[in-house]
Amino acid sequence: MTSTTEKSLFLQGFWSGVPFFFVAAPFSVLFGVLAAEAGLNLAEIMGMTVLVIAGSAQFTAVQLMTENAPVWLIIAASLAVNLRMAMYSASLQPYLGAAPMWQRSLMAYTMFDQSYAVSILKFEDEPDLSLSDKVAFFTGSVMVIVPTWISFSFVGAVAGTAIPENWALDFVMPVLFLGLVGPMLKTFAHLAAALTSIIVALFFGFLPSGTGLLIAAFAAMAVGAEIERRRDAK
Amino acid sequence: MNYSSFEIWTIIAVMGIGTFLIRFSFLGIIGDRKMPDWILRHLRYTPVAVLPGLVAPLVLWPDATGGEPDPARLLAAGATLLVAWWRKNLLWGVFAGMATLITVQSVLGTI
Repeated sequence: MTSTTEKSLFLQGFWSGVPFFFVAAPFSVLFGVLAAEAGLNLAEIMGMTVLVIAGSAQFTAVQLMTENAPVWLIIAASLAVNLRMAMYSASLQPYLGAAPMWQRSLMAYTMFDQSYAVSILKFEDEPDLSLSDKVAFFTGSVMVIVPTWISFSFVGAVAGTAIPENWALDFVMPVLFLGLVGPMLKTFAHLAAALTSIIVALFFGFLPSGTGLLIAAFAAMAVGAEIERRRDAK
Repeated sequence: MNYSSFEIWTIIAVMGIGTFLIRFSFLGIIGDRKMPDWILRHLRYTPVAVLPGLVAPLVLWPDATGGEPDPARLLAAGATLLVAWWRKNLLWGVFAGMATLITVQSVLGTI
């Protein structure tokens, strides 16, 4: 079952996930600290980290809990933050949809900004990869971020001391994702979509809980697809 | 914070199930069937439609400066994108971006 190429694809996925340790580690310590300060006990903090396993939604929920927001609002706002991942799910479907149900379920559980971004870049670059190669790459890509996210949330929850303010760490996340976007800008349509995404997301930045990002993403996909359609129609 | 243990676990459980269903949605339900061409054409732009919008506010209004635009971070973001695009490589881009950030911050004396 595990061929040599699968193993090497798993390792390639693994290495593509390693730099994200520097995003996940401080982010998850901070989550543990803030959740403990908000008044959640250790079981609740770890329960949320393991069951939800989505950083920005967890931060949203904890923030709203400290404000004593109604339960339904906490749920609605944190799920709204995660809606972008329905787009990731749709975008990965043509590549991974043929995998068995249990594999698709596990990949859904570990679908993050990071695993989505490194995997889609790989799958677009190498269209000849077999299904099992693609599953192996995706699985490898989450092998660092999952244990890091869970264990460092625990550290934050138990230690309860904020990580020192560090000028560089806050910028690791944007730089890593911009580094992933760079090679994706293959055509004018991709570039136009990326610019649309930036402009619309900034314009709607005042909207709560990722709503602006969703509008930006739909607008940007429409721009990219329309440019491609006109180019192909010629 | 003023919630019962039951309320907290309700929040956690519904968030967990809801988040999973969002992630599972298309990948899980459509499975092996092929989506129409016009949808696939839109989906090809998903990564460049979501990720730039996700990081743009963090670049323009960073928390570390209290939301004020910071020339070092703007230049670093530009360098990352340009080098990653030019070299077709994530790590070269990250290296260029962090090097730019450190250089500009030390020149401007903001470290």
